[in-house]
Amino acid sequence: MRAILHILTRRIGAMLLLLLAGGLLTALMVRFSPGFETDERELDPRLSQSSRLSLEKQRAADGDAANLANRFARMVFHADLGESPSLKRPIGELLRERLPVTAEIMAIGVIGGWTLAFALAMASVLSRRLVVRGLTASSQQVLICLPAAALAIVVFDIGGPVRALVALIICPRVFDFLRNLLHEAYQQPHILAARAKGLGEFAVWAKHVMPYAAPQLFALAATSVSIAFGAAIPVEALCDLPGIGQLAWLAATARDLPLLVVITLLVIAVTQACNMVSDWAALRRVDA
Amino acid sequence: MKRSQLVAALILAALFVWAMASGMSSASPQSRQFRELPDARPSRQFPLGTDDLGRDRLSRVLYATRVSLLLAPAAALMATLLAAVIGGIAGYFGGWWDKCAVAVIDLLLSLPWFFLLLAARALLPLNAPPLASLLVTYGLLSMLGWAGPARVIRAGVRRLRESEFALRARAEGCGSLRLLSRHLIPNLKPVLLAQIWTTIPVFILSEANLGLLGLSAGEPYPTWGGLLRDLQNPLSIRPEAFAPLAVIVIAVACFNLATPRGGLTT
Repeated sequence: MRAILHILTRRIGAMLLLLLAGGLLTALMVRFSPGFETDERELDPRLSQSSRLSLEKQRAADGDAANLANRFARMVFHADLGESPSLKRPIGELLRERLPVTAEIMAIGVIGGWTLAFALAMASVLSRRLVVRGLTASSQQVLICLPAAALAIVVFDIGGPVRALVALIICPRVFDFLRNLLHEAYQQPHILAARAKGLGEFAVWAKHVMPYAAPQLFALAATSVSIAFGAAIPVEALCDLPGIGQLAWLAATARDLPLLVVITLLVIAVTQACNMVSDWAALRRVDA
Repeated sequence: MKRSQLVAALILAALFVWAMASGMSSASPQSRQFRELPDARPSRQFPLGTDDLGRDRLSRVLYATRVSLLLAPAAALMATLLAAVIGGIAGYFGGWWDKCAVAVIDLLLSLPWFFLLLAARALLPLNAPPLASLLVTYGLLSMLGWAGPARVIRAGVRRLRESEFALRARAEGCGSLRLLSRHLIPNLKPVLLAQIWTTIPVFILSEANLGLLGLSAGEPYPTWGGLLRDLQNPLSIRPEAFAPLAVIVIAVACFNLATPRGGLTT
């Protein structure tokens, strides 16, 4: 137990450091990116010279190192996320509005993708028919070769369930690992012996296969959250779903520094927290 | 080499030769407009029809194939070289080198790949000339795609560094540079090769996703992602509009199948 606590403390420390580094890195990337000095509003012929000058001043102040550091400190220590310059709304409000949509898409994606992959992997491992094994493997091979954005467009065009799309993206990415892991589990001597003695398939699965595979499954579960968010971006952007993925897309194309930094921090925090939970769960199982 | 690997490699080679040959002999280059024939159905002259600007779809698909089959492996090679340098230094020297490299790798891997790519691509000029934006896209893929391979190479170098032949070479007075160049790197060749092969399909799919979001090369250069944007208009979708998608699936599947399954030779 002490070893687990030690590992978790280290992970929390590493997560905080990663959050700081990620935020600073994103801010620096945006600040020094080509095009930060330009503002499309300056192309508006209706603006007077003084308006253009004030826009330039405002941009110079936004890009000032002291101002950036001050904004970052306010965000970290006072939980003040600031306002999005491109959408002209408080970032906290934007996140609150859009988080449920992305959470729903990711939850359906992760649960659906895992359920589908698990069912196919079990069928592939337990079936003695070459056709079943070939069909499951080839269907996953085709799915993994499709760009997520193309899949999103096709499903959107035919009026399919776009909110469940992430499941189709996650499924082939975990299928191979699951199939190999289950195959390895079913080859273990004690499991072979249990099956030979006539223990039912469900009992073998629940009492012997799952305890053997669980630590590795927990580790993979964390990475699928990261995959789900990556997949949610094109799905939300192309299918017009108002979630965090679409917000990330809007922030990136509008070079919205505060919004981009907040989303990056949120994504790092979520993926690291998932990694930590999966590590903890896996360690508990090993410890037990 | 397995039979499936051989078949996949042959299909890739045929696709590459077809794409290259069509560029040399095509009567209707990818950007030539047949203004009297917009949205034409497939015919003998245009086997995949024409797009809404009257350009030959087949020529454009083959041009995009040429671009992807040349630039994706080049970007994968660059990413793997970068990974070899960073992972090699981290694995061989250890200590602070290793800690710093692992921190950067962890930071890059903790962000979803597509989010990282999208943010970095959007920060670069979006109104660059088409050829420049094409090179920027693939350059960016190679600059950001090294983290995963670097972790694998670092682990490989660490394992090799402790191996008996490396210990013996060091005991006989072999310097770090010589040990790396004559002993460790030749033994890492299968790992490096596998990393290049596994990175290529990732880069192809990433370019396609970026292209669909309008962040890859602009007109008139066709890319697989750019061509897939035709699918965004549900009213004008025809079976031939799926040709780029079919070629992507074939190419990515072949790269996945042809990936050498080699490990360290120790």
